[in-house]
Amino acid sequence: MIKIVESDFNPYQALEKYQAKKQEDLAGKQGAANIFIGTMRDFNDGEAVKGMTLEHYPEMTEKQLQHVITDAEAQWPLLDSLVIHRVGDVYPDDVLVLVAVWSVHRGAAFDACRFIMEALKSKVPFWKKEILKDDSRRWVGKNTDGYVN
Amino acid sequence: MSIKVRYFASLKELLGHDSDQCEYQLGITVLAVWQLLTPEKLIPDNTLAALNMEYVTLDTVVSDGDELAFFPPVTGG
Repeated sequence: MIKIVESDFNPYQALEKYQAKKQEDLAGKQGAANIFIGTMRDFNDGEAVKGMTLEHYPEMTEKQLQHVITDAEAQWPLLDSLVIHRVGDVYPDDVLVLVAVWSVHRGAAFDACRFIMEALKSKVPFWKKEILKDDSRRWVGKNTDGYVN
Repeated sequence: MSIKVRYFASLKELLGHDSDQCEYQLGITVLAVWQLLTPEKLIPDNTLAALNMEYVTLDTVVSDGDELAFFPPVTGG
């Protein structure tokens, strides 16, 4: 399932609710779940950041996210997946993205979760505009490789 | 008919508007649509293009009624 949300969400509650609904499908089969939660920092690229606006291209966002999930399902035997992504105005410590995958064995869950997250960051049309300490704004030019920089 | 052209993020700000309509011409490419609509500005480096919500290269030929979008590298997640 793919969801784009315009207000703050609690990923743990979202997971609990989703899993309860899917319990019948997953019961007895699920051997592994892997979960990634991405949260907004209060700094980026050497500057303090006090807020951010996440813009997207709604129709394309859904379409590209679906491609990412389909690609993951073609590579790993997944039982299910859930992606929730924020748009709109966000602030430090707000959750930006949740990726959860369920599979029979852990290998698929670990690998597919990472794949979905990395593909989302490089293919799905979201853009971040940061608000700095002095209220100036700047577009984030590109995503990093996900390690310390 | 015509081609609907949409701009997102920094490109929307660069141009000062979020969409255009372009008169369809047989064989027109994605890049040619940009040049026709924005002759005073070169297309910025790293600009991405999508036709009907699928990524395409700038030399892709556009069809009548398509929705074309231009935007900078994506930064979600």
